[in-house]
Amino acid sequence: MVTCLGDLFYPEVGEAIVRLLRRLGVAVDFPAGQTCCGLPLFNSGYHADAAAAARRTIALFEGAEAVVVPSGSCAWMVKHEYPGLMTDPAGRAAAERLAGRTHELSQFLVKRLGRRRFRSAVPGRLTYHDSCHLLRGLQEAESPRALLRDLAGAEFVDLPGADECCGFGGSFAVRLPEVSAAVLDKKLASVEATGADCVVACDAGCLMQMRGGLSRRRSRVRAVHLAEVLGEPR
Amino acid sequence: MSEAAPVTPLRERAGQALQDTFLQQALTIATTKFIGLRREAFDDFPEGEALRDRARAIKEATLQHLDRHLEQLIDSVERGGGHVHYATTADEARRVVLDIAGRAGVRVVVKSKSMATEEIHLNDALEAAGITAVETDLGEYIIQLAHERPSHIIAPAIHKTKGQVAELFARELGRPTEPDPEVLTRIARAELREKFLIADMGISGANFGVADTGTIVLVTNEGNGRMVTSLPRVHVAVMGVEKVIPSMTDLAVFLAILAKSATGQKLSVYTSLVNGPRRGGELEGPEEFHLVLLDSGRIDQLAGPLREALACLRCGACLNVCPVYRQIGGHAYGYTYPGPIGILLTAMLNGPGSVTELAHASSLCGACADACPVRIDIPRMLIELRRDGVERRLPRWPERVVFGVLGRLLRRPALYRLAARVGRVLQRPFVRGGTIRRLPLFLGHWTRTRDLPPIAGRTFQERWARLAREDHP
Repeated sequence: MVTCLGDLFYPEVGEAIVRLLRRLGVAVDFPAGQTCCGLPLFNSGYHADAAAAARRTIALFEGAEAVVVPSGSCAWMVKHEYPGLMTDPAGRAAAERLAGRTHELSQFLVKRLGRRRFRSAVPGRLTYHDSCHLLRGLQEAESPRALLRDLAGAEFVDLPGADECCGFGGSFAVRLPEVSAAVLDKKLASVEATGADCVVACDAGCLMQMRGGLSRRRSRVRAVHLAEVLGEPR
Repeated sequence: MSEAAPVTPLRERAGQALQDTFLQQALTIATTKFIGLRREAFDDFPEGEALRDRARAIKEATLQHLDRHLEQLIDSVERGGGHVHYATTADEARRVVLDIAGRAGVRVVVKSKSMATEEIHLNDALEAAGITAVETDLGEYIIQLAHERPSHIIAPAIHKTKGQVAELFARELGRPTEPDPEVLTRIARAELREKFLIADMGISGANFGVADTGTIVLVTNEGNGRMVTSLPRVHVAVMGVEKVIPSMTDLAVFLAILAKSATGQKLSVYTSLVNGPRRGGELEGPEEFHLVLLDSGRIDQLAGPLREALACLRCGACLNVCPVYRQIGGHAYGYTYPGPIGILLTAMLNGPGSVTELAHASSLCGACADACPVRIDIPRMLIELRRDGVERRLPRWPERVVFGVLGRLLRRPALYRLAARVGRVLQRPFVRGGTIRRLPLFLGHWTRTRDLPPIAGRTFQERWARLAREDHP
């Protein structure tokens, strides 16, 4: 699943994931007709439309053995909210089947494939920002860190307050833009204080927010997706 | 519908808070300290996680039979010689307290910190009736002097720096002093001591009401609660109906996690158990004790979408960890209860229409639910409030149009792909050096502070055909 932000804004992340998975011996397919998981609609309260998006997505991925998602928030939507959005027993059963087969990228690599040793595609010092839905929704703090710590050719440093929100929050970022920006400022200040060259995230939403802020403040730090730093397996 | 709606929009209130450098300084220091202390308290307490589950289970079980537990509480209090009043609305609660005060000829009231009395705006009612009410919790005392309202559930003056408090004391009490918390506390203590001695009535809230013993439990740190409940001849406790717990055994579970969540203390300095009026042979305690049970929208939620929020202990942990609260403080929320739980309580007490904007004052990061000692799923209920608003067509038309279009795009992949192509054309005038620095309409809310990536020259879907071939060279 490429997700809407991945498709429209970060296609290189999707490409990196496809190449990474192939190097690990995974056959990758990409069902045509993907749009968005419906999380923005769900979070803003438009649940009928979110349910329609969910039904489409469930049907699209019916045949997949495993569904890999580049964003913790979209994975959380599929795994935790799809079943509840389905009103009929058959739809709910299909949603639950998909939920069980859906994995956020870092979880897929570490927990499903058991692969955590890679060469870094980005040399230098890296730090990691927990995206809220991956950390608190999917209860995953360790898999991305394990991948980054074991990375050959890069140094991993902890980010103080890594578990604090970056201020994105979907429509929140434009509903209360000043608050969102103030939360972001705090995050970017701690990122810059680590002396890292890159802050790594596992969510396109956080990436958009942090990249947007870093580029506006002309920072030398880059915000990158996990898939962009994972190079050759070792 | 007891509280007046704020007059300015939330975004404006938040903007003012962001500009207030004193507030920003005070908030950062205080919430960071609370977060650290709470974390340490639970790190040293491995049984904490299981006790949180236990506490939630007790709350759930109590809510299942709230009527029975309340009847038992009423019975126990009355057996101990106390009086119980049931107030369906905030207005009724105010009238009950004023009636008690009127009958007892009360002129001066001392109060210990109570959000329930803040919620019903009791001080205004007392003042209007010619009764002097003095807040005796240091934080409450400070904001009363400043003619403000609490900005945090447990730390009402969290928005003030010590320098501001020193200025306030100099101005209001004629006591110029250095901004030293110890000196300031000493001044307040001396001022308050006199009030305790002349007060006819003490008004408190209640952290818990124990049904089988009729005990009102106050969790405090300053000892003022004890004086409020024991020195004046009349004691009135105002308690939300959801604060009843079955027994003392249950109390032990809550006490083990409450202070740790609130202030990071193992226990608060004082845990006062109040058992009604002075009885024959007792040397201290009030002559009269009244318990005011406050409904004000709570009972409706037993079968409502906000039911989970009835488990709230008012510890304030969700405020301290909330990225929004930490930026804007409590006053910007505009109602008595601020922060993530405050949005839910505001909806409960003032109706869902009061939180149309506030329901969006959250990035849904989930830090609140994580910190909540009884694991209330606050983000889930915020989304529920948003859904309720959408169903009642409360969002303004531009928003409904945007989401209406989005909903259609997501269902029709051809339309979605077309929109991407159209977007690519429309964005051209705004792209500079591979990034977008300024956009019109609501997108400008984003670009005022952040850059936006342009829609990619070729989306992933458009790249897939070539990518698929790479696999089979």
